[in-house]
Order: sequence, then C-alpha cells, then structure tokens
Amino acid sequence: MSRDLSAILARHQHDPLRLVQILRDVVEEHGFISPGTITTLAERLSLPRGRVEGVAGFYAFFPTENAGRYRVLFSDNITDRMAGSVELRQRMLEAFQVRDGEVSRDGLVSIGTTSCTGLCDQGPAMLVNGRAIPRLTRARIGSISAMIHGQAPLDTWPANLFDIHTHIERKDLLLSTPLAAGAAIDAAIARGPDATVAQVKASNLRGRGGAGFTTGVKWEMCRAAPGEAHYVVCNADEGEPGTFKDRVLLSDYADLVFEGMTVAAFAVGAKRGFLYLRAEYPFLLAPLEATLAERRKAGLLGKSIRGVADFDFDIEIHVGAGAYVCGEESALIESLEGKRGIPRNRPPYPVTSGYLQQPTVVNNVETLAKAAFVVMHGADWLRVRGTGRSAGTKVLSVSGDVARPGIYELPFGATVREVLDLCGATDVQAVQVGGPSGMLLSRSEQHRRIMFEDVPSAGAFMVFDDSRDILQVLENFASFFAHESCGFCTPCRVGTALQRRMLSALAKGYGTRRDLKDLARVAKVMKASSHCGLGATAGNAALDALEKFKPAFEKRLGTLEVMPTFDLDRSLAPAREVTGRDDDEAHLSHEEEE
Amino acid sequence: MAIVTLTIDGLAVSGRDDETLLSIARQHGVEIPTLCHLDGLTDVGACRLCLLEVEGSTRLLPACTAKPVEGMVVHTSTPKLQRYRRMIIEMLASEGNHHCAVCVSHEHCELQRLAGSVGLQSVRVPYLYPDKKLDATHPLFVMDHNRCVLCTRCVRVCHEVEGAHTWDVGFRGIKSEIVAGLRVPWGDVESCTSCGKCVSVCPTGALFAKGATVAAMEKRTAFVKYLVTARRSKEWVGDILEEGDE
Repeated sequence: MSRDLSAILARHQHDPLRLVQILRDVVEEHGFISPGTITTLAERLSLPRGRVEGVAGFYAFFPTENAGRYRVLFSDNITDRMAGSVELRQRMLEAFQVRDGEVSRDGLVSIGTTSCTGLCDQGPAMLVNGRAIPRLTRARIGSISAMIHGQAPLDTWPANLFDIHTHIERKDLLLSTPLAAGAAIDAAIARGPDATVAQVKASNLRGRGGAGFTTGVKWEMCRAAPGEAHYVVCNADEGEPGTFKDRVLLSDYADLVFEGMTVAAFAVGAKRGFLYLRAEYPFLLAPLEATLAERRKAGLLGKSIRGVADFDFDIEIHVGAGAYVCGEESALIESLEGKRGIPRNRPPYPVTSGYLQQPTVVNNVETLAKAAFVVMHGADWLRVRGTGRSAGTKVLSVSGDVARPGIYELPFGATVREVLDLCGATDVQAVQVGGPSGMLLSRSEQHRRIMFEDVPSAGAFMVFDDSRDILQVLENFASFFAHESCGFCTPCRVGTALQRRMLSALAKGYGTRRDLKDLARVAKVMKASSHCGLGATAGNAALDALEKFKPAFEKRLGTLEVMPTFDLDRSLAPAREVTGRDDDEAHLSHEEEE
Repeated sequence: MAIVTLTIDGLAVSGRDDETLLSIARQHGVEIPTLCHLDGLTDVGACRLCLLEVEGSTRLLPACTAKPVEGMVVHTSTPKLQRYRRMIIEMLASEGNHHCAVCVSHEHCELQRLAGSVGLQSVRVPYLYPDKKLDATHPLFVMDHNRCVLCTRCVRVCHEVEGAHTWDVGFRGIKSEIVAGLRVPWGDVESCTSCGKCVSVCPTGALFAKGATVAAMEKRTAFVKYLVTARRSKEWVGDILEEGDE
C-alpha cells in the first residue's frame, strides 16, 4: 500500500496544497482512507495528522471506513425522489440484503444517498464509485445489480449506461452566439487590460452564481490589489440542488468558458487559473482536459499568449469531493488549498486576499462565458436583453413536474408563467426558484419575474404540481442543508439539524402549533446569525412555506398543543411482534397517554 | 494602522482600526458575551454569541472578528440580539448532553454561566440527544464529547501556543467533532505532549483532568494571554496564576 501512496504523492509533487486531489486518488485506488493511510500521508506531506484527518472526514466522497467494492450513492434531490428514486433504492437494498448506508457483509457493496448530482433533467440518478448513471429504471437497476453481483469491473459495464444528455430547450444570447476560439482574447489584447475591465463594468454583467455581484467591479478590485501573484478561479462547484446549467455549459461550451477565464486573467494580470469542478461531474473531466490541451496547442494558453510578451496563463482543473459549501467562494479557495471547506471570515474578500492570500477573482461558469462575449462584442451585447439592474439573460435549469425538463436561456425579466408555459407545466402548485436556498413561489405568484430586482436565481427552477406534498419537499431540503452544513458556526450546525428534525416530525403528522413557531424561530436565527450564506439561506424555504402554504402545515398538525415527536404505540410494534400479541392491551392510544 | 472613532451603545469611543470591535468595547467597559473567544488565541467567530448590530448594515457582525470603521454606530445588546443569543445558547444545549449537576465543571463552566446570564430556564427546541463518545485513553486527561461546544479553543491553543497540533476538527455539520485521530484514541496519538493547555482553556467540562469529581474542575485560562504576550512582545505582564480565577 505504501508503494501506491508513493506513486500518488509523486504524481502530486508531495504538495500539501493538493491534499484534496491526493485523497481523491487514494479513494479511487483503495476505496477508502484508512487511519494508517492518514498517518503516512501526514508524515510524507509534513502536515499535522489532525489536519489530514480533518480534511478526510469533511468531504462526502472520502469514506474513512470500507465502503464496499462498489459504493452506490443515489442522488437524493426532491426531483430524483419524484421520479421514483426511493423505490429503486429500496429494491436494490433488498436485492443485496443490506441496510441503507451500510456495507454488505461480504464487503461487496454499500448503498446510500448523496446530495443532488445535477442530473435532475434525467433522473433518478446515481453514482457508482464516483461515476454517474442517469435515467434509472427498474430495468437499469436490475442490470446494475447483476453486474455488481457478478463483480464486473466498472470499465466493462455498457457505455450507454453512463451517457449524459444535454437538453437545451431554448437558446438566447449566450447559447446562440458563435465563438471563434481566441476572438475574445484578441479583443481584450487590442483594448488593453484597463479598457477590458471598463467594458465588463459598463455591461453591468452580474455574477450568475447567485450573489449577483458586479463582475467588472470584482475584476477592477482584483486588478488594483497588490500581491505577488493574481489568480482566476472558475467556480464550477454547481451544488445547489436542481441546478445543472453549468454542467451543460462545460460540456457544450467549454471553449467559451476557458476563453472567459483567459480574458479575466488578462484583465487582472493572473498567470494561473483553476477550474473547481464538482466531484459529481467526473464525466466532464476528460473532455475538459482535451479542450485545455487543444487550447495550449493553439497558443491560447501557456507562454506569451497570442504573441504578447508577459501574457502567460494556464488553467488547472481541481476536482471537489462532495461538499456543497465549497460553492461559497472563500470555502472553495480553502478547498483549493487542500483544506476543509470552511468559509473564511470576510473581509478581507478574495479579490484582495484569496488563493494563498493573493488577489483572486472567483467567477461562476456562466459569468465567465458571458464575460468572453462582452469583451468580444462590447457592453451592449449583453444589455440588449434584460432589465435595468439585470442586464442580459439567465440560463435556467428546469426540472420537476414539466413535460420538457432541461436548459432554458431567457432574458432577465421573464415571468415564472412564461417559463412554465415553455417547459410544459400544468396544475402547478409551487415553484422553487434558485434551489432550496432560493425562493418558494406559490401558484398565485406566477406573474413574478426572474431578475435580481424580484426573484433572483442561481439557475434552478423546480416545478411541483398539485399531486406533490410540500412538506415532503421541505423535509428533503432540510435534510440537504443538515447534511451539507460545514459545522463551523453554532446557528447553522445546530439549526439545520433542528430544522430537519422538526420538518420530519411535521411531515409525519406529529407536529403541533408550537412546532410551527419554533421552526420559524430557528429559521430566523439561522438567517440572521450564521457565518455564511449556507446557514443564512437554509431556512428560506421553510419561512416561505410557513407564509404561503399554511394550510399544508395545518392539515398535518396533531390536535394537541404539545405532542411527543414520536408515535409511542408504533414504537411498541417490534415488542408486539416478538411477543406475538396484537390485542387491545398491547396497544397504547392517545386517550390513555393523556 | 489608524485611529478611528465610533459609537458603541451610545458611547463615543476610539480604537485602532486593526483591533476587533470586541477588544475596543471591552477597553471601554462594554461587556459582550463570548464563548469561542479567548484572549491570546486567534479569533474565529464560530459561536456567534458576540454578534452585534451595526447601523446601516443588515448583517450582524461577530465582535470578535469584526474591525471598526470610522463613524460606525454599534449596538451590543438590543432586544433582537438578546433573543438571538438566548436561542444560540439553547442550540448549544440541544446539541450536546449537558447535565450540570453531575459535571466536573459544575459552577465553573462558561456555558452554564452564559445560560444563567440570559436567564435560560428551559430549552424550547427539541434536544437532539446525540450519541457521543468519551475518550479516557490519555493517562492524565479525559475528553467527553457530550459536553463539547465545538468552540475549537483546544484546537487553537494546541496549534498556536503549544505547537503540537494534536487536535483538529473532524467530520462536518452536526456530526462535527474534535478529533485527535479518526478511530485513534487520544492516548495513542504521538504528537500530544500532555501539556494540558487544551484542558485549561476548555470552557466546559468536555476536557478535564482525571480524578476530578463533580464541580471540582476549575479552569485557568489567563496563562494563554500571558504566554502569547511574552512571546510576541517580550513583555511579561499579569500574574499567570491569579488571573485565571475570574
């Protein structure tokens, strides 16, 4: 084992900054990270053992115990559940006689769940040893189970099992403008870095990852910040459940994204760039590397790009390891530095003190793609679409109860109704815009508009029709946040766990009026006092629902003012089974409890 | 570095712009409750008890990490902040298994004192009753995770002052845990120097000396500031033994 580790460490130049990448390779080769491996890695990298352990335990895709030769993780977004993932997982658990999240006795397989894998337009989806399989059906589960039983190596499984589709349903500015590779770079060089920044500023391009910070201002601040080196980071850690537009951009428009990164590097004076790719998209890695290689060959990356002395820039792909919080820019930088993804205290912001404490621009995939065209075609290219404070278009990932799930690019200002009509949604009860951290809209809010001024969106657009139970949706969101909280600050660490507990009780019908108040109180404290955006938004959906879907809660409330959060009579069922009794005396009713 | 003037709870004060709001407030006699903060250690802003309201900002700022800005108007104890602080203490109570009456730190515990200061009589959120372990493998000390509030003072003192970096934070979310080793007991970890600094700075009864009985574990924390000041500025200020008893 030690020899394998040596090879892995050599591949990564014994660089402690690459600890996350090193651990990924360890898991790839050994299946999990053992205590002995942690000790060896700590010694060889000259890191405190606790540091390595902390990182190993932080990321969802780093098992620290044997997870079986086949580690099966079902994507557990609400859209996967709506498409039948729970039943499929149950079938598989039964087929292998294994309990949820546990390893089979023979060490063959473990079956569990993971946060949304970004295949909501072709769910239910799963990951097997990190490889994504979409469009699960009973038949697919049957053949996957058979291959696991037969211990067929993953490389021998039918290739079509792993086919990922890109459903682009509506193109607008971004998706229909052609790019000749290098054209945006040439335009930037012709104009010079200051004028390039000014142009992006003039376009009023705002970050498409959710926060909506003005991109040109970010670049300007980074350019002006003193430092030994500047960095450009493309945030492709698309973890918000229901969002998959960056996956499509990176699969069909990779050249454009890299072009945007290169232009950003020219503008801020960066020599190195990183693309932080979420671990759930391993199928993008090889094509992205191939695109990078082509661009190097074409002189669009590397030394003296386009013959400009001093314009040296190259891009490395850094793959995440299953942590939603790493989508927050300072947590992403921590992860790039090989650490736990804990958001930093800000200020200082990454533009002045980012990667290795140097000035760093972190932009979303879609933002960088748009920046390339702004630099190429001018500020007005973007402003012909959209509204005053929301220039241009937004690429939406539409999923849930719709006839045509997929990617829809629409001008900012489009109404929710317009989107629903385009994607073929009927009997719509609710729409979750921007994912669980975004806004839950009721049926009476379809006039509302997707734009920073009204309903901002990082891209997710999940539709729920009248047949869906809003409380189950909320419970799913609450589980997501509890699973993804980094645990650093009290309100988010405990608040997300409490919220999950409360919503689960409410959804099962054990809630009381008092629980509704407590739920709102917890959500508000999280919103106001958390360290970062994860905790600040984790209670949004519950707060929206308490206001807009009150009947859904009230229908489910228990009759008592205070109720136990469990069903005492049901808890006695195992005892009844053992004793073979089912008479009245063996039951407890609520009347008796009182 | 510059001197800035600001208002804290109606009081006009001044301070250096590289100091924290907590430090400036305390210099002017304004008390703000803290838990993860400890004089001498790097501040992290994790517990969120020291949150402040700043006029013109919708965000609440942790006093221990926030820096002053000229003209800032700060409130440290509005009814809203008091409500949030109480709730955060309730959350800490809910996530651990705290039984004061039988705890080694009974009546010397910072969490207990904080709960008393906000008049906490009952916890309104459900208890999570986590399944936590106790590690008594070290010859001198015990780590009882049931009483840990994840303030990370032990992690910081071990790294910053002792230089051993035995402790770190493992896992994430509600499963976060102070770790010396994943499934490696504390007593088997080679880097530990048995200096006991972590035990001294722990605000609760999570880290304690073997042999301590109920209410017997008094912590002394002043040595951290004493040591750090001595190292940084070669100044030996304060009485290392007396100051610990607050």
